[in-house]
Amino acid sequence: MNILFLLTILRFFEPENTEQIKVIDFESFRTGFLERRNDTLYVINFWASWCLPCREELPDFEKLDRTFPKKQVRVILVSLDMPDQLEARLIPFLEKNHISAEVLVLDDPDFNSWINEIDSTWGGGIPATLIYNKNNRVFLDRKTNYEEIKEIVNQIVIP
Amino acid sequence: MKKVLILILLGNLILPGLKAGGYAPGDKASDFRLKNVDGNYISMADYEDTRGFIIVFTTNHCPYAQAYQDRLIDLHNHYASRGFPVIAINPNDPAVSPGDSFEEMQKRSLEKKYPFPYLFDEHQTVYRMYGAERTPHIFLLQKEGNEYLVRYIGAIDNNYKDPEQVTEKYLEDAIQALLEGKSPDPAFTKAIGCSIKTR
Repeated sequence: MNILFLLTILRFFEPENTEQIKVIDFESFRTGFLERRNDTLYVINFWASWCLPCREELPDFEKLDRTFPKKQVRVILVSLDMPDQLEARLIPFLEKNHISAEVLVLDDPDFNSWINEIDSTWGGGIPATLIYNKNNRVFLDRKTNYEEIKEIVNQIVIP
Repeated sequence: MKKVLILILLGNLILPGLKAGGYAPGDKASDFRLKNVDGNYISMADYEDTRGFIIVFTTNHCPYAQAYQDRLIDLHNHYASRGFPVIAINPNDPAVSPGDSFEEMQKRSLEKKYPFPYLFDEHQTVYRMYGAERTPHIFLLQKEGNEYLVRYIGAIDNNYKDPEQVTEKYLEDAIQALLEGKSPDPAFTKAIGCSIKTR
């Protein structure tokens, strides 16, 4: 009985099941994540496991993810890692850094066809972050940090 | 309200090509004098018989840049004799990106047997002047008298992962257009790349 209790508690501290990271193309990404009209604030970070400044700011997004309820602020870490490198690079990185925020891999190499849909000011460099809800939209074409994102979130989140 | 909407629409059409401190197609590009991996300093003016240049801001460490190394070699081998040689420029600050130091650049150039110069943007002034926003980033120039006009800015093609799956050879089409006396279309594209490393 005690063991069952322990296992149940431990369940809450497990990282997200990283073996099942979704790999999607831009069409799916757009319909699933870019056109939400609910009350949720979306914080979408574009990164890759091999990108040093991306790695440096990722814990800040993880912290944000753990600070707000998901219905209020939904953090999505969109990795541009190559799909054939998930086992070798992405998954080990996520496990080692205890990243439990939602991760998906955007696999759509025809970049010119969709970059401007994320933001027309985006020069294409990563990291980059899109923060939006049905009322407001902010795009950061650069590395950021917890204080800055939290400030933006506090300004535009729907309480 | 209508006026505001029109301005916003126009802005969205023009702005993508006009970042602060960078070139847009049609602008005159400045020459430069940068150190090559062989120790010599190189400028565009040093070339006697060209029709233009394929300027590429690229690095050692960036996976997207690496994915295009062979394609850039092929492009140089094919188009240098037709008047459009490649000049590669590393815009990164090695203090922030040690893999992109001058010594590492020399190693990569030797390893890959680069047939083109690989220059070090030591004070990081050239990439800012051009407005490079990521690596790799292409600026295709056409020589007109003593001036260099920017004719295409952006991606090399539309599939960094697999050359066999490329359906749009943006840069090559742009060079072909110039060779035929036409204007590149598109003259501006975007791609995902590594941010440029600066302090």
